[in-house]
This record gives sequence, C-alpha cells and structure tokens, in this order.
Amino acid sequence: MTSTILRIASRYLTPVFLFFSLLILYRGHNAPGGGFIGGLLAAAALILYAMACGVDAARAKLRIDPRILVAAGLLTALLSGALALFSGNSFLTGRWVMLHLPFLGELPLGTPLLFDLGVYLVVIGITLIMLFALMEED
Amino acid sequence: MGLAATIFSGFLLAILAPFLHRLLRGKTGWVFALLPLAIAIYLAGFHREVRAGEALRAAYEWVPTLGIRLSFYLDGLSLLFALLISGIGALVLIYAGGYLHGHAQLGRFYSYILMFMASMLGVVLADNLLALFIFWELTSLSSYLLIGFNHEKEDSRSAALQALLITGGGGLALLAGIILLGSVGGSYEISALANADGVIREHPLYLPALLLFLLGAFTKSAQAPFHFWLPGAMAAPTPVSAYLHSATMVKAGVYLLARMNPILGGSAEWHYLVTLAGAATMLIGALLALPQTDLKRLLAYSTVSALGILVLLLGIGTAEAAKAAMVFLVVHSLYKGSLFMMAGAVDHETGTRDVQSLGGLVKIMPVTALAAGLAALSMTGFPPLLGFIGKELIYEAKLQAPTAAPLILGIGVIANIINVTVAAIVGIRPFVGDKRATPRKPHEAPLSLWLGPLTMAAAGLLLGLFPGLIANSLVSPAIQAIRAEEIVLKLKLWHGLNFVLLLSVFTVLAGIALFFARNFFRRLAGRAQGLSFLTPSVWYQKGLDGLMGFARAQTRLLQNGYLRYYLLTIFLATMLLVFFKLVLPPGWQSLEKFAVARYYEIGLGVAMLLAALVALFSRSRLTAAIALGVIGYGVAVIFVFYGAPDLAITQILIETLSVILFVLVVYHLPAFNRLSGSRSRLRDALVALLFGGMMSALVLKATNLQLHPTISGYFAENSLSLAHGRNVVNVILVDFRALDTLGEITVLAVAAVGVFALLKLKLK
Amino acid sequence: MELLLAIVIGGLYAAAIYSLLRRSIVKLVIGLILLGHATNLLIFTAGGLTRARPPIVAEGALALTPPYADPLPQALILTAIVISFGVVAFTLVLVKRAYKTVGTEDLDDMRGTDR
Repeated sequence: MTSTILRIASRYLTPVFLFFSLLILYRGHNAPGGGFIGGLLAAAALILYAMACGVDAARAKLRIDPRILVAAGLLTALLSGALALFSGNSFLTGRWVMLHLPFLGELPLGTPLLFDLGVYLVVIGITLIMLFALMEED
Repeated sequence: MGLAATIFSGFLLAILAPFLHRLLRGKTGWVFALLPLAIAIYLAGFHREVRAGEALRAAYEWVPTLGIRLSFYLDGLSLLFALLISGIGALVLIYAGGYLHGHAQLGRFYSYILMFMASMLGVVLADNLLALFIFWELTSLSSYLLIGFNHEKEDSRSAALQALLITGGGGLALLAGIILLGSVGGSYEISALANADGVIREHPLYLPALLLFLLGAFTKSAQAPFHFWLPGAMAAPTPVSAYLHSATMVKAGVYLLARMNPILGGSAEWHYLVTLAGAATMLIGALLALPQTDLKRLLAYSTVSALGILVLLLGIGTAEAAKAAMVFLVVHSLYKGSLFMMAGAVDHETGTRDVQSLGGLVKIMPVTALAAGLAALSMTGFPPLLGFIGKELIYEAKLQAPTAAPLILGIGVIANIINVTVAAIVGIRPFVGDKRATPRKPHEAPLSLWLGPLTMAAAGLLLGLFPGLIANSLVSPAIQAIRAEEIVLKLKLWHGLNFVLLLSVFTVLAGIALFFARNFFRRLAGRAQGLSFLTPSVWYQKGLDGLMGFARAQTRLLQNGYLRYYLLTIFLATMLLVFFKLVLPPGWQSLEKFAVARYYEIGLGVAMLLAALVALFSRSRLTAAIALGVIGYGVAVIFVFYGAPDLAITQILIETLSVILFVLVVYHLPAFNRLSGSRSRLRDALVALLFGGMMSALVLKATNLQLHPTISGYFAENSLSLAHGRNVVNVILVDFRALDTLGEITVLAVAAVGVFALLKLKLK
Repeated sequence: MELLLAIVIGGLYAAAIYSLLRRSIVKLVIGLILLGHATNLLIFTAGGLTRARPPIVAEGALALTPPYADPLPQALILTAIVISFGVVAFTLVLVKRAYKTVGTEDLDDMRGTDR
C-alpha cells in the first residue's frame, strides 16, 4: 500500500491537516466544525500517514499513545463541566471569560470550548486506537 | 430519634452478628438478647404518654417526590405489638443459642432473626404506609431465609419458596392497595388517613383497595385458603417457628387489620369478608390439627385456628370483640411461643417430635414439663390462667356479634374443643404415662432452652392472677387505637356464674372427651386422604408446575439460539405495534404539500437504492464496500441539500474511515457464500419489504404531524446570547446538551477499549 | 422530495433488514451499517426538511431568523453518526475475532458455542 508519492505527500500534508483540524475545532462554535469534525479530520490525517509510512512511523510521529488521548479527552470534558461547580452552578453550566488581546480584539473563552477540546481528543484517540490496532494485525 | 433507633439498631446488629458471634461463641444469644430487652424497656417507658393519647412520633424524608417518608409513631396498638416482638425476641435469641448450639451457621442465623425482629418492629411502628410495606416485605424475606435455613434439605427450600411466594404475592396486593388508598385519601400517612375516613369509605375505589389490603393481611396471617404455607414453614428451626410463625410475623396481618380498622373498617364489606375468612380459618385450622401427630404440626395448625379467631374478632368489630382480640393476642403469643419452645426442647433432648413415641418425660424434664403444663392450661382456657380470661372474652364477643351470632359461637365452640384436645396432646401427653424408647436418651434441657418457655408460661399465670398489670396500661390503649374511642378495661377472672362460664366448662369437658377419642379421628382422617385434591396446597403445586412448564415452553420457543429468529420476532412485533399507531389515528394529508424533488435528487436516490441492492447481492467483498461507500456519501449529499453542513462533513469523514475499517477487516474474512435456502430468502425478503414500506409510510406521516412544539426555538433564540456561539448545532452539542455528549464520548471510549481488548489481548 | 426520501429510507430499511436476517456474519455487519444510515435519514426527514439556511446565526444578527434548518435533529444525528461508527467498528472487530476463533462465518455454526 505504500507508494513514494503518497509517502512524500503525507509527510507534508499531515502537519497541515493537523493544524487545520485545530482551526476547525476552534471555529466550530461559530461555523461548521467543532470537536467531532476536527477530531475525525486529525485522525484521518494520521491514518493517511500510517497507510503511507506504516503504523510505527505514525505512532512515532504522534508521540502520545492514543489511549492517553482518550483518557485526557474524557478528563478535559469532565473538568470543563466541573469548573461550573466552583461558582455554585450545576454540572456542565457554560462559564465564559472575555480576553482582551492587543491585536485580535475580544476573544471569548469558555468552558464549552474546553469541553469541545475534550471531545476532539477522545475522537482522535478512539479512531486511532481502533484503526492502528487493526492495521497492526496484518 | 429513639423510635428509629429501636428499629435500625436491630438492622445494625444483624449486619455485625456473624462477626460478633465469632468472638462471643456460646454467649452470643445472651449478649444479643440485651438489645431487644433494652428496646422493650425503652418502649415500655412510654406507656403513660401512650395511655394519655400522646402518640410518639419521628419522621425522616426518604423519597419525598413519591411521598415515601420514614415516619414512625407509637400508640397503644404499636406499643403492645412492639413489646411482644422485643420481649419474646429476647427469649428467642437466648433459646436459639441453646437449640442451635454448635451449628456451623449460627452466626448467620442470628443475623437473619435480628433482621426479622427489626423489620417487624418497623411494621408495627411505621406511620407511612409505603414504609410499612417495605418492612412488611422484609419480614417475608427474612422468614424465607429462616425457613430455608437448613438449605441443604429439599423440603426446607420448597417450604421457604412456598411461604415467600404466598406472602410475597400478598405483599404485592398490599402495595397495590396502599397506592389506591393513597390516591383516594391523599396521603400515605396512617395517622392522616384515619382523620379522613368518611371520604374513603364512600369512594368507588374503596372496595378494590379493601380487597387488596385483605389479600395482603390474609396471606400473611395464613387465613384460609392461604393457610397451608404455615404448616410447611415448620421446616424452619424451632426458634423460628416459635417466634415468626406463631408469636409475631403471622400476627402482622392481624396488626394490619387492627391498624386499618379506623380507616377501612366499619363497612358491611369489611364485616362480612373478615368475619367469613376468620371463621373458616378457625374451623379449618382446628379440624386439620386434630389428626396430626408431629408436635410442631399440631401447634402449626392450632396457630392457624388461633389466627382465624383473631381475624374473626376484628371482623365482628364491636368493642367487646376488639377487647377480646387484644387480650387473646397476648394470651396466644405467650402460650404458643412457650409450647413451640417446649416442643423444640423435647425434640432436642429425645430426638423425636412424634407424640406417639413420647411419654413419661415429667420425671426426666420436670422444668420443661412445668412450662408445658402451664402453657397448655392457658391454651385450654383453664382458670386462673390468662387464657381463661381470653376465652371468656371471646365467647362474650361472639355471643354479642351483630350478625349470625349463634353460628359463629357454634363454630367457635367446636374449634375451642379441638384446641383443648390439641393442648392436651402437646402439653400434657408427652410428660405423663409410661416412659417410651426415644432415639436419644433424654436429659433435662439446659437453662437456655427452658428459660424462654417457663418465662412465658409463668407470665400467663401471673397475668391471669393479676390482669390489672396490663389491662389499662397496655391493652386498653391498644383497643383505643383500633376503635378510636376511650375504653376503660376491667379484666377479672370471676364474672359470676353465667352462660359464658358454662360454655367454658362444657368446652373443657368436651375437649377432654375428644382427647380420649383422638385415635378414632386419626383413622377417620387417614381414610379421607383421597380428598386431598381439594386442598389449596395441591392447587398451589399445580399452579407452580404449570408456570414452570410455561416458562420452559416459551424459552424453547423464543430463546432458540438463532439470532435471525430473535430479529424476526422483534421486527414482526414492531411492525404490529407501529401498524396500529400508523393506521388508526388521522393525520394523512395530500402529498401535494411536499417540496418537488429536483432531477439530480431523484438521480441520487436511485443511485443509493441501486447501491443498496449491490451491497446485498454482490459476491465480492470489495464491491460491497464500495456500494456501502456510495450510500454513505449519498447520505452526506442529502445533508448538504438540506442545510446541514456539520452533518455532511461528519458523514464524509466517518464514511472514509468506515470504508478503510471495513476493508481492513473484511479482507481477512471468506468470500460471501449463499448459506440460506430460497424459501427463507423469500420469507426474509417479504418481511424486509413490508418493514421498509412501513417505514416509508411512517416518514410520510411523521412529516405531517407536529405532536409537540419543537424546543429548537429556544436554542435558536439563545445560542448566541447565552452560549456565545453562532453554530447552533455545535452549541447544542457542547453546551445545551453537553451531558448527552459526555455520555456519548464515554460510550466511544468504551467501544475503543473493547476493540483494543479483542485485538491486543491474546486470550487462551 | 419527502416522497423520494421516504422511498429511499424505506428501501434502506428493507435492505438493512434483509441483510440482518442472513446467516453470514459479514452480512450482519452490512445490515447494521445500512440500518444506521436509514435511521439517521429518518430522524432528519421526520424533523422537517427545508432547503433553507443552515442553523448558523448570521454575522450581525443576535438570533437565528427563520427560515432555518432545525438544529436539534442535526445535533442528534451528529452524535448518532459517530456512535454508529463506534458500534460498527466494535462489531467488525468482534466478527473478525469470532471468525478466527470459531473458524466459520455461518451464525448457525456459532450457535453451539453459545451453550
């Protein structure tokens, strides 16, 4: 399944895809996108890389074990919900802060974004766990 | 606080019992008896307040949304029962230590019996009917565990199951009755319901509620035709028979009737049903007791008869009857508990319970004989024992019964004559006459085995001589709780020479005569064996067998091990249910209202349907994968057409990953083979087409129906202002409905763990 | 258009059910995939079809202004798509494992291991 063109292409494309997936994650709150789509895109990029260069290379490129991504994602989502508890609200109530940045203007940051980051990490993690494990079977 | 503690301290000790028993060994019974003793003393301390009508209360919220409160209160009725439960409980704990001495599971036994005691206290102290129900069921459950205590024996297990099924079934009826009563009376608190009685008795749901309550009470108190579980329950160790199945648990039904009397009683229905059940049980129990030769079975059937008397008295419902019922309750608990314990002691020492092989034990077991004799005399109603007062009151009450007094009195005299005979057979016969060879060489029972029976028998004598000890402190407040009126009770031995006294004398004389003719009746009963198909225990067995047979048959039919038949059942059942919902209610509209399909949309639909056919019938796995891909991308395109960009992107990405996944797996599987025959293919195709057609119709109908206002408006309004997001779909996912999403990603993580485990763990 | 989609959904359901009733374990998975598609489309169509704008608040506006596509079924379907991916992945791997262990793809032959 490995071809030279695919290998070289994936080497350059994968980082671009990963950056793009983060962008989609962030802008998902206001435009099509979000944690599910971003996570799937990132996972697809890494799968492409694994198909081109082998699963070991993809795991090395990722550096983090996908299982840790799942755990981290679930914890992030839980934490984002738990933050509301500190201010006396019920679990998963959205809390927001407005950041005033010098060049970008107002940047709203809220626990729903943190929650979406958790979703993003879980989706990458589970997709990679399943597909890497299947690809390594061969 | 104190009331709840009396109940929950029992549960706590029940949990700790097996561990404490390891430390205390032979002394466990004596130490544990301190708890019920303390409870009895604590509760008895309230007798002045209770008599003055100041009911003691305690309440804790439990499930406020369902109206379930742990509320307790102590009035005269509760106090009388609670003292019997805790007082006899202390004696039984001591007795059990001697009776089951050295038994490997004695710790567990203590645990069960303490659990029972605590539950029973809960029943009589609860004010909330739902709390009462829970304690009620706990007594059934602990009774089940105790009857089946010798679980290695088949008999014990089936007797335990029988008792559980009957009392548990009655418990369910009781629950239904409670819920009906709660909806009629507007409260589950007994004290609140008692103040609103007129409303309840005139409500159309009164009769169903009454019937359900009676079913619960009659099953628990072994009223005919549910009486047969009680003799079966004699498979339990004797301390259990003495405690649960004569003195306390079987009286729970009597308690319930007494407790509900101010709320449900006083109507003609109550009067006739309760009187009838009581009278029938009184007679049946006595007649069945006569031919028995086993000590415990004799006592069991006479207990059935005594329970019948109690129920009958509550059915008669006069002040006289309530008086008699409460006095007889004490009388019966004392003599029957004593006789059961005595029977256990005799069994323990001689190794047999058959009266025909017992005799002359008075010289060997004088203390036990004394206890037995006193208890038996109380049972016959001999002066100066408390039993005499009880029997006088019962005759008095029956004589004054508002309906059918002569009939009730006649049946009562017959039952009492037999009771005298049974008392003689059980309490006198084993101790007099010639010594007989027994399996074990008898000795006097140890202190722990005779303390209980002697204490209770002596109490019967003491209270007979000085009835004033309990008359106004305990019994009259209890009657007051039943009758809801002030009553001054004078109990005395001598009422003068009257008709009732003559009846008593006649009863005792006839009983003694019957005692000498008992063998004739045993032979008669032996000949009546052929009629056993008439007994309810046979119906019970038939019903149980039938149920098991049905269960087996339907398991064979439905759980056949073929996935596709399970699926077929589900599909057909779904179709049947949806069909009615689809056809019956209106809501069909003309199709003109629908948007017209554009030509490229028609093309897409046709392509998806063709791809589905290819996926079904292609022999090549790769072709099937491609066809599935076409359908998935087609779905994505539909999402694009109708304003769902998020869905479209997700669908495309998922579809890509799915195809990779499918190819990776299917690559290793064999080529598709045609496995099923053409007939089953035809059948499946028919079911599939019908189901598909039904779903098409469902879609068309659903698009025309708006059953509930959509909640999307709220999301559309508030997405930006409350949640700072313009993409409403994403805001729903991560903010408005974030808990759902959290659940979903958890499921995904679990699926991934499953995949990982299946692939990476090398199972042997 | 609703008519067309109703026919497509019905067709997908029919195909899914026929496939689920086969003895081959792979056909079972195909049936599961088709069932997921059919159900997603069912929810989508039953929620009301509109060719209107996606449910995204326009720049400068404070709330969605009609006509817009209903966002709620979309959120439901989005999670359903991802969940059915997880289910299908798990089932596929289970099938593969079962085939390796039992050595048959015929569900009737696997019945024996159930006992």
